[in-house]
Amino acid sequence: MIYMDNAATTMQKPEAVKQAVLAAMDSLGNAGRGASSPALDASRVIYAARDALARLFHAESPSRIAFTANSTESLNIAIKGLFAPGDHVITTVLEHNSVLRPLYECRERGLELTILGCDEKGNISYDEMERAIRDNTKAVVCTHASNLTGNMIDPYRVGAITGRHGILYVLDASQSAGVWPIDVQKMGIDVLCFTGHKSLLGPQGTGGMYVRTGVEIRPLLSGGSGVDTYNPRHPSQMPTALEAGTLNGHGIAGLGAAVRYLEETGLDRIRERELSLMRRFYEGVSRVSGIVVYGDFTVRERAPIVSFNIRDYDSSEVSDELNETYGIVTRPGAHCAPLMHRALGTVEQGAVRFSFSHFNTEEEVDAAIQAVKELSQEEKEV
Amino acid sequence: MKLVVTFHTTADAMAMEKACREQDAPGRLIPVPRVISAGCGLAWCAPLSEREHLGAVMKEYGIEEEALHECMV
Repeated sequence: MIYMDNAATTMQKPEAVKQAVLAAMDSLGNAGRGASSPALDASRVIYAARDALARLFHAESPSRIAFTANSTESLNIAIKGLFAPGDHVITTVLEHNSVLRPLYECRERGLELTILGCDEKGNISYDEMERAIRDNTKAVVCTHASNLTGNMIDPYRVGAITGRHGILYVLDASQSAGVWPIDVQKMGIDVLCFTGHKSLLGPQGTGGMYVRTGVEIRPLLSGGSGVDTYNPRHPSQMPTALEAGTLNGHGIAGLGAAVRYLEETGLDRIRERELSLMRRFYEGVSRVSGIVVYGDFTVRERAPIVSFNIRDYDSSEVSDELNETYGIVTRPGAHCAPLMHRALGTVEQGAVRFSFSHFNTEEEVDAAIQAVKELSQEEKEV
Repeated sequence: MKLVVTFHTTADAMAMEKACREQDAPGRLIPVPRVISAGCGLAWCAPLSEREHLGAVMKEYGIEEEALHECMV
């Protein structure tokens, strides 16, 4: 099998991640629930992961990192906990439903929403973003990289705009964390939402968020905290404020090991490798007759994603054929990015998405190019 | 009598343990004693003589205590 669906989840994990999860399942108690050795060991493992993520994202303190189950949970916490009816929020058509649907829910309750469009290559306009700011604008909520085209926004430019106008900046790093450097302080990010199981190389069911000191979020959940039991209100201090209930200690042990693997391997090395594989694939398929590739490949700053269609072929059929005949794993369809598909005119057809990991090889990429060439030469089956 | 430091969050307690290990400051994490709070949570327990040393470590690492207590543990 050739696995090229890393934007959905990275299937190949570092050995250290698997070992860390196994060791955690063998030995950890419940973090923050008592001071027994297994409970303290769980707290230590979780704190080490918090510390590693704070280093990775340049957070001012590990306590500003809260763990969640994934980006969707983080984004729901941020969006539903920061805004009130009457606030105005700016987002983009590049977004995943994990940004759009919580925003739509808020809109039903009185939030004003501006959704910035994109050009034919899938890029947004920063001038348009700045012009969209009104007196009641509370935030820009946007993705770092489109999960469909791989196009990236410039996180510094967005941070400069939000900083100039004194509004919040919520960044969805689902497709970039672990590949592209993120410095929340230099970029002016107020809330960073990330998932553990994609390019951070951790287990599914792990994720989290960075919340800048001074930014108050109404928690989505309240409940067990391990501290201040007789207080009828959930503690307001980070990270406990956003971490009601038992944490996924086993998964977080794996996520911590994954971040340490990334640090040891080097984000630069991983990124160069993934972009080189992506570029090799792009060069190979973009010249094939009948192929339309989406996104902007004229720039270096991209997520390692290549999405395309072959003529008018159903993307689901193409992806199925790649899987069944060639053993190549990709994702077809809409990728939970409805507005991006609308902008590209691919609502009906969807798109076939190849997304790369540094564990992929040149031989795998060449085999994938060959498979696409063969499929593009086939007559469409009825 | 011991010095017992309580914290707002478990993460702060773990930061304390990490800092004290790195700085060779004595003590260990214990469940918060009932004489301090009838709730739950973790506290750092150390000899009384370490008060100054621990204060310096906490300042250096930016760790905020909930309270400092002197009590029988």
